[in-house]
Amino acid sequence: MAAYVSKRIGLALVSLLVLSAIVFFAGQVLPGDAGRAILGPLAAKSAVQHLDHQLGVDRPLVVQYWHWISGVLRGDFGRSYQYRSAVAPFVAAAALSSLKLAALAFVIVVPLSILGGVVAALNVGRPVDRIVSVLGFSGSTVPEFVSGIVVIEVFGLWLKVLPVTAASPPGASFVTQLDHLVLPALPLVLVLFGYIARMARAGTVEALESDYVRTATLKGLRRSAVVGRHALRNALLPTITVIATQTGYLVGGLVVVETLFNYQGIGLLTVRAATARDFPMLEAGVLVIGASYMVATLAADVLISLLNPRVRLAGAA
Amino acid sequence: MSVVAPAAGAALAPREREAAGGRGGLARRLVRSASFDVGCAILGFWVVCAVFGASFAPHPALAQSLLATNSPPSATHLFGTDQLGRDVLSRVIVGARSILVVAPLATVLGTAAGTALGLAMGYVGGVLDVVVSRVVEAVLALPMVIVALLFIVATGHSTATLVVVIGFVFAPLVARTVRAAVLGERELDYVAAARLRGEGAARIMFAEILPNVASPILVELTVRLGYAIFAVATLSFLGFGIQPPTPDWGADIAANYSVIPAGYWWETLFPALAIASLVVAVNLVSDGVEGVISS
Repeated sequence: MAAYVSKRIGLALVSLLVLSAIVFFAGQVLPGDAGRAILGPLAAKSAVQHLDHQLGVDRPLVVQYWHWISGVLRGDFGRSYQYRSAVAPFVAAAALSSLKLAALAFVIVVPLSILGGVVAALNVGRPVDRIVSVLGFSGSTVPEFVSGIVVIEVFGLWLKVLPVTAASPPGASFVTQLDHLVLPALPLVLVLFGYIARMARAGTVEALESDYVRTATLKGLRRSAVVGRHALRNALLPTITVIATQTGYLVGGLVVVETLFNYQGIGLLTVRAATARDFPMLEAGVLVIGASYMVATLAADVLISLLNPRVRLAGAA
Repeated sequence: MSVVAPAAGAALAPREREAAGGRGGLARRLVRSASFDVGCAILGFWVVCAVFGASFAPHPALAQSLLATNSPPSATHLFGTDQLGRDVLSRVIVGARSILVVAPLATVLGTAAGTALGLAMGYVGGVLDVVVSRVVEAVLALPMVIVALLFIVATGHSTATLVVVIGFVFAPLVARTVRAAVLGERELDYVAAARLRGEGAARIMFAEILPNVASPILVELTVRLGYAIFAVATLSFLGFGIQPPTPDWGADIAANYSVIPAGYWWETLFPALAIASLVVAVNLVSDGVEGVISS
């Protein structure tokens, strides 16, 4: 068990290192002259060189990377070009806001999609099965801003049941905050629903066809006991992996949903930084997003190895 | 030679297997797949709009009418007009063009590069395989749109960059699929036979192995097209894809979503439905292709 977990953590660390190198390359090497970018095309050459030296971008790449990555490890993401102040506090505040939105989307989607998948599996080939699969299929293929536009217009504009802005007034109660977050969470729910429901359905169908379910049925157990106690336990294991890997899609979706609803989270921060060509901020945003995805995947792998001895024994061997 | 001859016979076996099923058989089974047909019909409609749209759109897509801004759907403007008084229906029709040029180009580029990379990873292996596998995992750790955003900002945006960046992001993902398929092929007799005949690594990869891993690559191509449309639309919405005033669904939604609370829903709803129908169509097609090939 310990061997498997430490191997997984080691691999995740290597991936994180590669990720940081990619981000560094894209954010600091590709764009070229940072001093020129800040001062504009009309600035004097000596001023640009002076600023380059101040920013440290005239030093060798390896030195620059080491300087940057050792700062990141201490929680120092550098200074924002657009706000002329440290990046870290912005990132922390934005990440917290995103976490609220993502958590709400998860709380809605996980039970909903597992229920949808299991109900579909219990009714294979019937209309309810078709409805779940068509809904899941369209939801997971349509971009979040497209479904976002539709839900805004249906629930916010025509039915007027939910507020169309994500940000609640300052000092608003928990319930009001929640009320404002439901509409932005819906496009995320739609995207995730399809994948998780499909996995839950496939797992349940497979389990229902297995020998142990037949045995349980033949020994006279009630249908609910067969499904609940025997089938679902095994059926939902792969679903956990899917839920964890969906974190990546969720974060990608946050970028779009936060822009659409003007919600100050990590996604909007990243897009704003990209628009302003504020590279320290952009790198921090991308790095936080990538790292949170890796942590989620790692957590899922460890969780699965706890639940399924076959995985951890195979992994340690 | 007599030793090599039977091996060379074995070398043809996988391709003969496919020939027995027949290319014609594949096409016939595709036509019988309902999701493939529906997907193709919708896709065909948008292709017609992309190619000939400008000639049958009711109004010029760029014509502004400042006396008729934000006007709701009516007989003259079936889908209404936007903030600049441009006809939404015409922009939806003509807007099919930009996305249907950029997304397929990016898909083809990414699939070609990924196939070459995957063949090399699977057949040559070694350090190349280890290094690229790590990079793939790191790229997979990021939402595709974020990676594309990062590189587009870093290199400055234009339509060409958009194609290259999306292709670049897809390449490692395609490579992973191709690599897995190549690993299953490279121990087979026909590869050993080719090696005995003295064929070079490049020839073995592209002339011997490639035709036998064509099916997963075809599936990958259609799946990637769906993702490419998703990515182009999303990047355009974020302001890093196709630039205004070129008619484009994503960019038009970005330009007009701020007036939804004022009740002007038609300016964003119709482009949104257009994107939704296109991605669903492409995914139906890839679903059909995947179903037929894997059956």
